[in-house]
Amino acid sequence: MNRPSDRQVDFRELVERGEPRKISRRVGIDRGFSVMCLAITMIAVIALLTLLGSILINGVPGLSWSFITNYTSRDPGKAGILAPLAGSIWISAICAVVALPVGVATALYLEEFAARNRFTDLLRLNISNLAGVPSIVYGILGLTLFVRMFGIAGTTQDPAFEIGGETFAMYYDVTGEPLRVPVENRSVTPTLETGTIAFMQRVLDGPDGELIFTDEWEPIPLTIVADAADAPMVSGVIPAAEAGLPVDYEIEKPWYYVQFPFGQTVLAGGLTLMLVVLPIVIISSQEAIRSVPRSLRSGSYAMGATKLQTVTRVTLPASIPMIMTGAILAMSRAIGEAAPILVLGVALFITDVPQTLMDPFTVMPMQIYNWSARFQPEFRALAASGIIVLLFVLLAFNAVAVTIRQKFSRPQQ
Amino acid sequence: MQGSWDVLARAALLGCACFSILITAMIIGILAYETARFFGEVSVVDFLTGLEWNPLLGEEKHFGIWPLIAGTLLVTLVAAIFALPIGLVTAIFLSEYAPARLRSVLKPVLEVLAGIPTVVYGFFAVIVITPSLQWLGRLVSGEAIFGPYSAAAAGIAVGIMILPIVTSLSEDAIRAVPRGLRDGAYALGSTRFDASAKVVVPAALSGIMASYLLAITRAVGETMIVALAAGGLAQLTVLPWEQVQTMTAYMVQIFLGDAPATGVEFKSSFAVAGVLFLMTFLLTFAGYRILARFREEYD
Repeated sequence: MNRPSDRQVDFRELVERGEPRKISRRVGIDRGFSVMCLAITMIAVIALLTLLGSILINGVPGLSWSFITNYTSRDPGKAGILAPLAGSIWISAICAVVALPVGVATALYLEEFAARNRFTDLLRLNISNLAGVPSIVYGILGLTLFVRMFGIAGTTQDPAFEIGGETFAMYYDVTGEPLRVPVENRSVTPTLETGTIAFMQRVLDGPDGELIFTDEWEPIPLTIVADAADAPMVSGVIPAAEAGLPVDYEIEKPWYYVQFPFGQTVLAGGLTLMLVVLPIVIISSQEAIRSVPRSLRSGSYAMGATKLQTVTRVTLPASIPMIMTGAILAMSRAIGEAAPILVLGVALFITDVPQTLMDPFTVMPMQIYNWSARFQPEFRALAASGIIVLLFVLLAFNAVAVTIRQKFSRPQQ
Repeated sequence: MQGSWDVLARAALLGCACFSILITAMIIGILAYETARFFGEVSVVDFLTGLEWNPLLGEEKHFGIWPLIAGTLLVTLVAAIFALPIGLVTAIFLSEYAPARLRSVLKPVLEVLAGIPTVVYGFFAVIVITPSLQWLGRLVSGEAIFGPYSAAAAGIAVGIMILPIVTSLSEDAIRAVPRGLRDGAYALGSTRFDASAKVVVPAALSGIMASYLLAITRAVGETMIVALAAGGLAQLTVLPWEQVQTMTAYMVQIFLGDAPATGVEFKSSFAVAGVLFLMTFLLTFAGYRILARFREEYD
């Protein structure tokens, strides 16, 4: 009260200097800014619409049932996306099966069990940093760790360990028919004699005169002849000169067949993607667990429950919907990744749906990349059709996530 | 009995948690080992100071990393110029201006953009952005200055890709500014623009910076867009209509089988990956440091 003059401001002078600005002018700036904001925000909407529009225009004409059920082809008219579609589903399933338990366990440890100390701070920082590592770098880790296993277990073509596969040596007989002789492993050269039992693929005649190769192999006794020139042209006859080294080795793989190193197989691909999405799963699970109200835990402890009982019967069930939502979003990230799979060196031209964990594969984003990188408009149209299929799969994933979120949105009430 | 289960569960969970540290350790180990082997054949000094990168073509091979770094930075710069201001303004709009109904339309749009695989953006760059730029270039200069590949086309696509990251992280930061600060500004007669520009955004600045850094990290490590749209010629240039090769695009070229798996070119991709990893690691680290400091301010 005793120093009013110090605080007195000469408003006249301020107004003459233009401070504060006239109300009407400030409101004008606000209105203008508001309009500008709206216009700039629309850039995102326009970008999305142009993106989707260009894909639909290019891709819809090529969409047909045969595009889904055909394998890729050098002829754009016949090419389809079956193998990459199956490959994407395979590896995202493997990715989910591994990333989900490990990710949720890590999140549970960090949120429920770990004390706050230097070690857990390091863990947290490390997970944040892993989330920022470019996915192509994870591809390099996957290549070294899963595909090649540091080179300590032989090469991809000649693995050091195999579990469960039946190995066959391949020969051709005089009619050009492939014959298989069972052997111990790929390093064995069988000795063929007249009377050795080999196996010949059963081939049926199709309705249009084409040949249908079945999965059945019939036993046939071999006849080894000295000279191919005067050998009878019947199945099972092999000239002595060709009975030495087999043409190739084939492996009949049951579903549990595993080789070490994994090579460019479905399992290696799925595990590599697991590395990519693990930090995302951990971070979203942490958020889910953190969102469970304290009071629920306190109630559980008050009833005399141990920490483990509280976690497994209260915290985890309450956070499962949010965890699942996060996990599905992580899977949709995985299904769109091309870079890490590309680094693994998977073959681009796959004409088989993977049957076992040890089968070669390709994924939809790889196929789309391959088609987009070509200059011919036919292939770019294929890329657009492939993108529509990919986006449809992602849409299905997200629909599941939204359904889960809505169904369990208030589990506590 | 219960106690021993608790101990067992804690040990199992700790084991899972340590797996993430193992991943980092293995990445660093593998990149360091392979880079060291590469430096057995190419000198470190040439790699770090060389201004020419042509491991696949020509008589003499040059392994100077700078053209790849420059290509990466040019694409990132274009993306940043596109996405950072737009992202911030969009975040301000969503948080301070947009009515709830408009927001409920715009948020899903951004979520969809965030969920689109990067290879799709690459396709978009090839089929829409590049032809548009070619048309624009002819219109402005009268010459065909844009070829089928350019840093600008890739950069704009990368910018659209990182836009949702900037927007959602910046919006989180802006929303975290306490209500009281806004109320104070309004009580002093601020318009929404005054409150946003002079109070809210400065208060959220560290969070916005962190969102910028994390978005730039994504741009630096982006692979499929640049592999499709930026080209395959590693050159030192600042002209956005030139084609450039980024670090990630070079790795794609090598791993798609342009080089024998035993050659020095193949090993060079690990050294490039090492540089890339180091760059993104530092950017993420800086981003989270800023974010951690910003969290403490209001807690």
